[in-house]
Order: sequence, then C-alpha cells, then structure tokens
Amino acid sequence: MTDTTSNVELSDDTFRRHRLAGYLIAAIGIAALAVAPFLGIYPIFLMKLLCFALFACAFNLMLGYVGLLSFGHAAFFGMAAYVAGHAVKVWGIGTVFGIAAGTLTAGIMGLVFGAIAIRQKGIYFAMITLALAQMVFFFCLQAPFTHGEDGIQGIPRGTVFGLIDLRDTLTMYYFVAVIFAAGFFVLHRTVHSPFGQALKGIRENEPRMISLGYPVALLKVLAFTMSAAITGLAGATKAIVFQSATLTDVNWHMSGEVVLMTLIGGMGTILGPVAGAGIVIALQNYLSTIGSWVTVVMGAIFVICVLTFRRGIVGEILARTRR
Amino acid sequence: MSIKSVALASTALAALAAMVGAAQADISDNVVKIGVLNDRSGLYADLSGEGSVVAARMAVEDFGGKVGDADIEVVSADHQNKPDVGSSIAREWIDQDGVDVIVDVPTSSVALAVQQVTSEKDTAFLDSGAGSTALTNDQCAPTFVHWTYDTYAMSVGTGKAVVEQGGKSWFFLTADYAFGHQLEKDTSAVVKENGGEVLGSVNHPLSTSDFSSFLLQAQASGADVIGLANAGGDTTNAIKQANSFGIVQGGQKLAALLGFITDVDALGLDVAQGLTLTTGFYWDRTDETREFADRFAEKMNGQKPTMVQAGVYSAVTHYLKAVDEIDDDGGEAVVTQMKKMPINDFFAENGKIREDGRMVHDMYLVEVKSPDQSEGKWDYYNIVKTIPGDEAFQPLDKGSCKLVSN
Amino acid sequence: MQEILGVPAPLLFGQLLIGLINGSFYALLSLGLAVIFGVLNVINFAHGALYMMGAFVAWLLLHHLGIGYWPSLLVAPLIVGVFGIVIERTMLSRLYDLDHLYGLLLTFGLALIIEGTFINFYGVSGQPYAPPEILTGGHNLGFMFLPTYRAWVIVASLIVCIGTWLLVERTRLGAYLRAAVENRELVRAFGINVPLMMTLTYGFAVALAAFAGVLAAPVYTVSPIMGQHLIIVVFAIVVIGGLGSILGSILTGLGIGIVEGLTKTFYPEASSTVVFVIMAIVLILRPNGLFGRPRE
Repeated sequence: MTDTTSNVELSDDTFRRHRLAGYLIAAIGIAALAVAPFLGIYPIFLMKLLCFALFACAFNLMLGYVGLLSFGHAAFFGMAAYVAGHAVKVWGIGTVFGIAAGTLTAGIMGLVFGAIAIRQKGIYFAMITLALAQMVFFFCLQAPFTHGEDGIQGIPRGTVFGLIDLRDTLTMYYFVAVIFAAGFFVLHRTVHSPFGQALKGIRENEPRMISLGYPVALLKVLAFTMSAAITGLAGATKAIVFQSATLTDVNWHMSGEVVLMTLIGGMGTILGPVAGAGIVIALQNYLSTIGSWVTVVMGAIFVICVLTFRRGIVGEILARTRR
Repeated sequence: MSIKSVALASTALAALAAMVGAAQADISDNVVKIGVLNDRSGLYADLSGEGSVVAARMAVEDFGGKVGDADIEVVSADHQNKPDVGSSIAREWIDQDGVDVIVDVPTSSVALAVQQVTSEKDTAFLDSGAGSTALTNDQCAPTFVHWTYDTYAMSVGTGKAVVEQGGKSWFFLTADYAFGHQLEKDTSAVVKENGGEVLGSVNHPLSTSDFSSFLLQAQASGADVIGLANAGGDTTNAIKQANSFGIVQGGQKLAALLGFITDVDALGLDVAQGLTLTTGFYWDRTDETREFADRFAEKMNGQKPTMVQAGVYSAVTHYLKAVDEIDDDGGEAVVTQMKKMPINDFFAENGKIREDGRMVHDMYLVEVKSPDQSEGKWDYYNIVKTIPGDEAFQPLDKGSCKLVSN
Repeated sequence: MQEILGVPAPLLFGQLLIGLINGSFYALLSLGLAVIFGVLNVINFAHGALYMMGAFVAWLLLHHLGIGYWPSLLVAPLIVGVFGIVIERTMLSRLYDLDHLYGLLLTFGLALIIEGTFINFYGVSGQPYAPPEILTGGHNLGFMFLPTYRAWVIVASLIVCIGTWLLVERTRLGAYLRAAVENRELVRAFGINVPLMMTLTYGFAVALAAFAGVLAAPVYTVSPIMGQHLIIVVFAIVVIGGLGSILGSILTGLGIGIVEGLTKTFYPEASSTVVFVIMAIVLILRPNGLFGRPRE
C-alpha cells in the first residue's frame, strides 16, 4: 500500500475489466442454457445437471466462502424434495407453490441446523451436521407421507400458474433453467455483496472479524440458512423433474456426492461447482454401462483430484490464467 | 426469448415429435432394442446384475437374433439403486436410443420410478428383479409385466407351509422398510388364516449388522417360528447369528420370507441347512432347467442362474414371440399380445399374464440341503412342494389395480 | 419374573452383555481411527473398507491357501497393515500440512476403490466363514445363552485395546508418539524420525481394523459392503469420545454398544440413529467430546 493512487486506478481498471468479463460470461452462460437442448444433449440429463449444479453452488457457499464443511446438506435437498412432492401430489397446490414450500422448509431447517451447529468448527461442524442429517433421514424413514423406500412417485409436473404446461420436456427444461439462473444469480450477488465479503473475511481470519465488531455467528447462520434454502430449491425442482422423491436424496451418500462435485470443480469459485456437478453427473450417466466398475472409477477420480489438482478444475484454470 | 415464445416453440417441437412417433406403426427403426436395467455394483448385483444381461443375450441368441427381418440388440446399464438414475436412463434409452423394452430392474423404488416413464412413453417394462406388489396394484400399468416373484408370493408360500408343518406361533424380525412391513403383514394374515398366531415382532433398521439383541427378544417370546421379514445381508446375518445363539438347536425354526439362492450361497450349507423358503425357479429341477443353467454357468464362471436371471430369459423370450406375432413393438400392443399367449418354457409351465400385469406361474417351496446331501456348489435345494400359481400370488379380487374390470 | 421398565430382567441383562460385545468391536475400530487422527491428523474414512479387507483376506487365506482362523488372526492384519503403509507412503503423506478435508476425501475415494474392487471380484452377497472348532458352541448363563465365540471377541478386543493404550501411555515409544501429536517439529528436532513413526502408526492402526475384521468374519457375513455402514458409526464414536483421545474412544465404543443394545430393546427402529442423537447432544454440551481437550 505504498502507492495508493496507482493502486486505485489499477483496481478500478481491473474492476471494469472484470465486470466486462462477468457480463460476457453471463451472456455466454444464458445463451448456452438456451440452446443446450438443441445441441443434441438430452434435456432430462440437462435438467438433472442443473439441479445438481445449483445444489453444489449452494453447498459451495458454505464450504468455499465461509470455510465450513457441512456433511448434512442431503437433509435439505431430500426433505425439500419430499415436501414439494407431497404438496404437489397430495395437496395439489401447484408446481410453483410446491417448489416454494420445499424451499421454505429447507430454509427453516437450515436456520435450525445453523443455530445448533454454528459454534463448531472444522470437523466438528461436519459431524454435527451429519448427526442432524441422520436424524432427518430417520424421520423421513418413519414418517408415513414419504412412503418409506418406495418414495413419493408419480408427482405431476403440472403447470406454471395454469399458464404454461410443464408436461412437455422442453418447456420443463426452460422452467428448470430459469430456476437455476435465478438461484445462481442470487448466490452470485450474495458472494459479491458486503455480506459475502464479510463471509470471506470470516473464512480468512475469524478472530479479526470478531474484533472488528462483525456479528460473526449471526452472519454464519444467515449464510447457512441461505445455502440450505437454495439447496432446497434444487431438491424440490429435482422432485418435479423426475416426478419422484425418495430416500436416496436424504441419504448421507448424497452429502458426500455434493462434496465431490464441489471439490472436483473447484471450491470457492463461482463456476467450479457447476463444472463439478457436470462431470459427476455425466460420469454417473455414461459410466452406467460399464457395470460394476463405476464405484472404482469414482473413487479413483476422488484420489487423483486430491493428489494432483486440489484447486479443482475451474480453480486450476483460474490459477493458471492469473499467472 | 419470452416465456410465451419458448412455450410456443416447444409445443411446435413436441407436435413434430409426436408426428414422427405416430409414423412408426410397426417395429421402430427396424430394430428391437432390449434394455437390461439393473444393479451392477450394489446390494442386488449378485442376484440380477451381469447375470441378467447374460440371460437376456442368451434369450436373443436362442431366438435367432432376429424378429422377422428386424435385428435384436441388447443394451445394459447400472441404475445404482437410485430412482433418479434409473428413471433418467430409462427416459434417455426410450427417447434417444430407441429402446423398446426395459427388463429386470430390481429395487422397488427404482422399478416404480421406471414404471412412470415406461407407461407414459408406451414402452414395455418386464420386471424380474423387484418384489414390490405395488407394481401390480396401485401403480399398475398396461405396459407392465411382473415376471418372477413378488413379496406376497415369497412370504405367503413359506408362511403357509410352515404353519402346516406345525409352526403355529410366530415372531417376526422385520426390516423397518416398506417391503419388510409388507412381508410381515402378508405372512401374518396367512398364518392366522391357517390357525396360527403371531406373538410379536420387532422392527430393525435396514442393514443392521448385529441381530443378537433382536434374536434374544425372539427367543424370549417362545414362538415356534421366527419369521425373517427382511432381505439380503440382513437375512444372512440374522440366520448366521441365530445359529450361534443356539436358537435353532433350542427348537425354534427360522423362516426366510425373502430368501434367494445367493443368500444360501453366502451362508454356506452348514448354517443354512433346514431353512425353508419359496422360490420362483430352481436350476436343478428338470432337464430343461439344468440345460439352461449349464449354458448359463459356462458364461458366468460356473455360477448357476438365480430366479431373477432365469426370469429375465423367460420374459425376453416371451416378449420376442409376441413382437413376432403382431409385428409391432409399441409397449401396450406387445404387452396385450403377451397377455393372450400362455408361457411354456423351462421357467414356467402354463404361465399366464393377468390383467394387472402379474405373470402367474408355479412357485416352489424348498428346503435347504444339509452339507452331506449336497454334491457341491449350487446344489442347495430340495423341492418340498410345488405351489400352484393361482395359490401363490395375490388373488385378483384382493388387488387394487385400475386395469382390472370387476 | 422380575421386570425392569416392562422388560424381563434376564432379557435386559442379555441385552447389556450383547451391547458390550458389539461395543468391543466399536472400541477396536474407533481406537484405530483415534490413533490415526491423533498422530497423522487425518480422518481415515477408509477404515471401514480396511476392516472389510481384514475379513476378506482371512477368507481368501482359508479359501485358497487353507490357512485357518488362528494364523489369519495374525497374518491378515499384517497383510492389510503393509497395504496401509503403502497407502500412507504414496498418498497420505503428501497431505499432512493441508486441511483435514483433503485427508478425509482421499480416504473416502480409497474406500470406494477398495470396496468396488472386491465387489467386482467377489460380488456383494458375501462368503461364509466358520468359527474355529474350539470356539463353537456356547454356555447357558442362566439369563441368556452366550456363544463361546462372542465371549472370545470381548476378551480378544479388550486385550488389544488395553495393550494399545498401555503402549501409548506407558512406553517410551508411546511418549514419542504423544509428543509428536503435540508438536511434530519439536520432536523432529530431537532427532526422532517422525515420518517413519507416522507411517508405522498408520500401518498399526490399519492392522487393528483388519484384526477387528478377522474377529468379525465368523459373526457377520464376509461381504465387501460390511464396512460401509459401520464407518460413520465408528466415526461418530470417535467424535463423541473426543477426537484423538485413545481412552475416550475405547470407553465410548463400549458405551455406545451398550446404549445401542438398550435402544434395540426399547425403541428398536431407532437403534442405528441413536448414536447420532448422542453425538449431537454431546457436541452441543461439550464441543470437544467427552474426553477431548480443546485443540486448535
């Protein structure tokens, strides 16, 4: 901080360039979302990818920006799927309200989980979230409305306020794409807001933030609630896409999967989780024909990832281009 | 693009797709494509898995590799026991790869999810691996056939036979999952019907490794029979531990309500001997079954087919016959034709497919051999009794399938 | 018959004893996890897979080489321990200075590879493994029938657990280990080969898991997925006991076994969830676990 003026100029300049690049990436992203189904990529696969990408992005808000590893995010994902599925199928409140109900439920759960867990750090935080998520799993197993391991099946896709029919796959795809874009935008704005900066500050140096007078615990709970709510949005949307909600979504393996996605893509980057989700979902999809080696290949990817490119794919690219 | 124009564009596309679809009245693309969708790496990999794919291939070969002048192809995939993975593979197969029939699909939640897709897309679905009776009740579909077994047939056959042999009072160890409760419910009903009584039950979490606590409770109940309303690793662990706790030696009998030959293999005859269970197929029953099993074993490192794998062979063969008959591979059309033709092969004698999609065939009550009686690996069962198909499966009038006219 | 809370007293004693037996399995496994965490600062998610490997190696030894239970009890842990040493040298050792997260993810990946490979070759249904002749049968204790093999499990695992604890707390080698846990650099400065010590520690802890696996082989079905569900339970036990606390992990392991046994009597459906309830409560009340000390 010797030459303040040039520093400001530089940051102003880079800021403008960054903003430009940001707009460019956003435009490319929206264009890609719009044309993807016409490039021969299967729309259902794309929808699944978007749901998981949103899930991973929401998860990344905690891991990448607050530095807390939650091992219980499956609870939000799966519970929102159940609530949305039940609300749409049994109560018949319509697709949009169903998804909203799922999101809200996940948000409230996030608030509760956050309030309980937030004073823990590191592995203890991971374990307490895991513990809470296991209790949610138990609840889902016991509660009659989830139909045990059969799950809620045959959830109607319905319409958007009676105007747009979602039974058509392509329409459904654009519906999901809009949800994804909205969720992604909210996350993006959050990360770049003063709130997001404060979160990063907590990640880097928590005692300092406390001494600066930030209400650290409150900020963390808020971040956790938000992460949970958007995870719920992803889960509820997935339930509508696949017309089913089952125990798989609440299982702790699902929490592990989202960690994998975020790690492979690059935690703490905006696009990393999207890339990671894309890779994992694509692997699950396309490896499914090679039979029993799927698990081994997934494990090997984990290992290689941790040993060679710890920053994840997007993180690694960013690191190289900056150099 | 506004939402409206998107909707418009997509409606136009959908209409186009529908037109393309309607143009194919007979065998689509002149290929009959069979998709074997099952578990390749998880809990059910041994009883379905690669073996089911081999069985489907054998059925195609034996059929001559062609229906009329259409080729037959077999594709396969692993649904990893996840309903979303299963249903997206099913959709993609149907939409993109032109798969005409999906077979096997163990794991009830996945089968139910696939059922949604196939009934929506008019594709035949022949399930061999899943046990849920919901598939032919509330969730039944005109494109669906449930081929090999269901939880009702497995539990009721065993329950009835055991009561007849004098096992009057029962205690259940039930997996705390829908299928476990269903097994317990169906078996309890048949036990009471035949003059037995149910003394109690205990629900255990799925994938419990230690059963001794539950076994002690069962032992303390003093029941004649301990009914194992669970599956796979839970059943084998419970049996193995019951043995070491002297439960069988103490005079109580075990009944596996959902036991497979792979479970017996995992236990070994030392432990499993004397166990009673119901099966839809046993390889060493007739000359035909032996002939099939030998050919199968050659391709599978000596493993004999399970009932699920044999069922896949039988289902695929019957499907191809029906396609050949009507020269069409639309889901409902073929299944309707399949329902008209009786099934006669090594798997089923005079089998028939009911309105609700249940394939009705004889089931076999078997007792596991002692090590002295067995001549080697896979020589595990003595067939005690043949349960006629009409008795083995849930009667139509007790079902809740909307396809059944009253 | 006397009753306690509606359950006949003899049945309750039986459940307590059985809980203790299961607890001794937990203790063996959580002990290894705790040692690894204490010394290497790694959360070994592959522990369940290595436990499975122990059981499987015993089965393979019997099946292919005709080596029976007793030699296997020694040989299988040795083989798996060497395997662990290879893992530590080639992979884990590169991660010591990083966040816990990476060690956890690496070992999670390893667990998938190990389990997947075994599934591929041996299927998931499992393989039979009989207990040795001398340990078959059982004794009637009046309130329950105790299989001899189960009694042996308690004895064997308690001996190993106490032995390990004594090794760490009472010997010079243990003193080095504890010192390395406190301050790795300082111990290195005293001329002790810390990397070697860490390698051997990992090998030893992995061998403990394999030992538990061999002990478990005659009780449970030897299957590639036998460790899958165990790992997060054992994990929870270590956290409840206090990460890195050896005595804590042993006592908690036994305690959780008993609590689970009681849950199986009073609310069986919840018996696999109860450990997580306890973990949540303990972490809220005592953030460092029951026996843990605050650490940074």
